[in-house]
Amino acid sequence: MSAFREAIAEAAGLIVRADADFLEIVALSAQVTGLAVLIACAIGFPLGALLAVGRFRGRGALSLAVSAAMGLPPVVVGLVLYMLLSRAGPLGVLGLLYTPTAMVIAQVVLVTPIIAALTRQVVEDLDAEYSETLRALRATRAQAMGTLLWEARPALVTAALAGLGRAMAEVGAVMIVGGNIDHLTRVMTTAIALETSRGELALALALGIVLLVASLAINAALMGLRQRIGEPAHG
Amino acid sequence: MAERRVIPLSRPEPPNAEPGIAISGLHLSRSGRALLRGVSLTLGHTGITALLGPNGAGKSLLLRAIAGIIPPDAGEINLAPRLAHPALVFQKPVLLRRSARANLAHALKLAGVPRAARPARISDLLEQCDLTALAASPARSLSGGEQQRLAMARALAGDPALLLLDEPTASLDPKATAAIEAITLRAAGRGVKVILVTHDRAQAERLAGDVVFLHKGRAVEHAPAPRFFSTPASAEAQAYLEGRLIL
Repeated sequence: MSAFREAIAEAAGLIVRADADFLEIVALSAQVTGLAVLIACAIGFPLGALLAVGRFRGRGALSLAVSAAMGLPPVVVGLVLYMLLSRAGPLGVLGLLYTPTAMVIAQVVLVTPIIAALTRQVVEDLDAEYSETLRALRATRAQAMGTLLWEARPALVTAALAGLGRAMAEVGAVMIVGGNIDHLTRVMTTAIALETSRGELALALALGIVLLVASLAINAALMGLRQRIGEPAHG
Repeated sequence: MAERRVIPLSRPEPPNAEPGIAISGLHLSRSGRALLRGVSLTLGHTGITALLGPNGAGKSLLLRAIAGIIPPDAGEINLAPRLAHPALVFQKPVLLRRSARANLAHALKLAGVPRAARPARISDLLEQCDLTALAASPARSLSGGEQQRLAMARALAGDPALLLLDEPTASLDPKATAAIEAITLRAAGRGVKVILVTHDRAQAERLAGDVVFLHKGRAVEHAPAPRFFSTPASAEAQAYLEGRLIL
């Protein structure tokens, strides 16, 4: 027990004195996850809306593929990306393996289906309510999609939040394509896995605390935001 | 004593004029059930036409077919060029989750009105529909009557020459009904052709210049309103006006 108490005290110390290595890992995590979720939203929102209201060949198959991709095993995604990005792979020439960019790509692949599928569901429900009105207003398909996405913004915040949760907790794929290289691709989840396996619990605990607090803070902030934008707009 | 308003319900059509709306042999089925069965009608360019009939007669479907949001299975609807872009108001308005003003701005954007021209047009529409004081209010927090006035303003945003109203006052109290009727009459007075689906015989008498009576998906009778209400030609219309059940 005393070893655990020491680890907790040491972890608190790392946080309080803002240890440089600790901060570097937290900053890289935030950077990779934030960028991945932004890209996933930029792809997932319109893709979900297109699947909800678009009429094109292969829509059913694409919808099924997106839903199925929600449950992609991260290690398999990591493996496939590794094969694509490794020097012998078709994208090896880009030199992205073991870089933060590769980790962003992995998270985008994992998170986009979640955001797209949730968006599709929300926009489909709204379309049932709005479609006749939008047709009466002579909205084009693209204008209808834009209108429905804007109307769905409180629910889209939830979709983004779900994506953020998945990206923040992701370890398998980023470990494979990032390599968990110190000062280059080490993020909170991979660092926790490594430090725990080495018996170095202090840094793992400190990072774990940050993950938990970040998760709570993001949820609280987004809940407040949802309440604000969920109310009908003024002006 | 209430002031009696005299509002022109229709403008005289030029002789031999092309009809405003020509519908011929319109058929529409859903799930194997014929809902419109060979509707043929000719309506003028202006004035208020009431579509009357019992539940399930096909009034709302006919209105949606004229609006172009439900394609018919057979038959033709020809709108004169000036009536080619109708606006439609539903019984239950679906407003966007934004302010009354923003709802109108959105409708103007969809209608292709240039951004610079929108503020003045919005002010005009709000004034026409007595909504100026509620411009910044969230549309979905307005009362039923206010929401329907906003839906009317939104429909008028694109400056339509044909206004299609699907029981716009069915869920409203008398005061709100009077406001919607006043907006309708003002639009008609400006030369907008109005087609009004209503269950309310008295409303049709108050507003309409001519009446189309529908029964079981057929246009049974089309006559000037005074003649229709005094001497209906069809047995079905007679029964309907007498308040008898039509089977």
